[in-house]
Amino acid sequence: MTATTTTTGPAFRDRRTSRRVPTARLVLYGALVLGLLATLAPFAWMFLGSVKPTGEIVAHPSSWLPRSPTFANFEQLLSKQNFGLYFLNSTVVAVACVLGNLLFCSMAGYAFAKIEFAGKRLLFGLVLTMLIIPGVTTFVPLFVLVSNMGLGNSYLGLILPFLVTPFGVFIMRQFIRDIPDALVEAARLDGAGESRIFLRVILPLTRPALATLAILTFLAQWNNFLWPLVIAQTEDHYTLPVALALFSTGANGTNYGLLLAGAVTVVTPIILLFLALQRHFIQGIANTGIK
Amino acid sequence: MTTATSLKPVRERASTRKPAQRSKHGSGRLRRTLVAWAFCSPFVLLFATFGIWPVFSSLSMSVTDITSRDVQTPFSVNFVGLENYTALFDDPTFVRAALNTLYFVAVGIPLTMVLSLAVAVALNSGIQRAKGFFRVAYFAPVVTSIVAVAVVWRYLYKPDGMINSVLSLVGISGPDWLNDPNWSMPALILMAVWRHFGIPMVIFLAGLQSIPPELHEAAVVDGASRWRAFRSVTLPLLRPTTLVVAILLSISYLQFFEEPFVMTSGGPLDSTTSISYYAYQQFGFGNYGVASAASYVLVTAIALLSLLQFRIFRARA
Repeated sequence: MTATTTTTGPAFRDRRTSRRVPTARLVLYGALVLGLLATLAPFAWMFLGSVKPTGEIVAHPSSWLPRSPTFANFEQLLSKQNFGLYFLNSTVVAVACVLGNLLFCSMAGYAFAKIEFAGKRLLFGLVLTMLIIPGVTTFVPLFVLVSNMGLGNSYLGLILPFLVTPFGVFIMRQFIRDIPDALVEAARLDGAGESRIFLRVILPLTRPALATLAILTFLAQWNNFLWPLVIAQTEDHYTLPVALALFSTGANGTNYGLLLAGAVTVVTPIILLFLALQRHFIQGIANTGIK
Repeated sequence: MTTATSLKPVRERASTRKPAQRSKHGSGRLRRTLVAWAFCSPFVLLFATFGIWPVFSSLSMSVTDITSRDVQTPFSVNFVGLENYTALFDDPTFVRAALNTLYFVAVGIPLTMVLSLAVAVALNSGIQRAKGFFRVAYFAPVVTSIVAVAVVWRYLYKPDGMINSVLSLVGISGPDWLNDPNWSMPALILMAVWRHFGIPMVIFLAGLQSIPPELHEAAVVDGASRWRAFRSVTLPLLRPTTLVVAILLSISYLQFFEEPFVMTSGGPLDSTTSISYYAYQQFGFGNYGVASAASYVLVTAIALLSLLQFRIFRARA
């Protein structure tokens, strides 16, 4: 408003303060929306691209919206590329690791949180140390070990190293520690054994932590790449990321339609899960502070 | 909240030692220990086999000349002391990999932190409408698979790709990102920031929400500008959160591996080879000793940097 320049005195002040807030807010929203577009553009391009015929994806100049949408890429992926099987493999591995972590890590977490025992400090120190050890440090001996056990190229070989994680024990222990000792003591006085306390008192109260652990484990395993890449040697044991990576560097590497359909197949299930459970995903990561 | 959970174990070790619990069932300590170890046993068995043992095995491999051929015949392996480590620093590819990793960390971490803090502050400062929606949408890249992301970004980075067409709108003719040794690393950093910044964002958001807004407002009422109030009130109170974010990002960015693996294979001209990627390459060549030594250089770097950050933040607090 040009009028502001001519106004003086208190009126001028009022004008400015009452105008400043909406402007600032507008700028804020504008910046957030711009950032949002930048964040979501790759997804949009992936989803829209997966229903374009290849010719349209590589066309120049390219357009965002598909002119003749088709599901041919997905059909080809399922019929010729076995993505259905890889999908199944990914699911089996992720679900097995979730179950293992839920059971074994909550058991160990209970012992760490509520029982004083010899060797606890050392053991927990090892758990904490392992949180910062990079995966690349362990995978060579791990590969040798698993191969020597005869588990190379098997489901067990894919699953066993991730059936428990130091991270899982860490968050279960943190959560169980916040359960009042009085509850545990009362149960002990009532004559309940430790396994009864664990099953009847601790587990029902740790449901939120179990949900968080389940989600984060599923996420980590669904997207796990390095280990399945070295351990799965034949197609029947590929997980989705391995299949997609080998597919994109192989002879099909220039078939963008198929590649994008493959990417959509990997990303969609986890995005749907995320949208359904986003509060737990975000809270889980915020509260534990560790991916 | 965040910091409390993450730092507790360290603090606890120093201070609180629980008085021995009296068990109703007598025999006390030994019995408790047996019960506890029984509860831990599945975890301990798997953790020792697939977690602890490989760490020590890899450390011992790093001082031998073991190769993939020696795996079946362990007696042919020789102790070579620190030879693998000295060999690493004589290898220009490793030196390049170490410098690349530093480059990635030095640029990537501040960029991720500033960006995620800015978004967290924006979402926290009075935006009520659509706050949840923004948070979810900004977090979405975190849950995606790197391989799927790579397929998309490789295309976006093409010389005539989406990123360069956006740049050309403002009159910039973009480079051939992934094939130009000067631009390959910035390209991977940009993608990594996109993929990772949702995690520090939600941690910062949790930290910001634990600061009473009155403190910031009081400073503004006292005549401080919003920026000044942010710098002098909000930032210092965020220090514990910042420490957690810095350590988490250091640990994950120092391990920088998947991006070069799926996007560039470490090229062009080794410009995106990281220490992790170098170790993986050496494993591929069968040089298990050298690969292990390289990974222990990384372990040392992570440990030192985490320690350093603890010191710095504690000294300032």
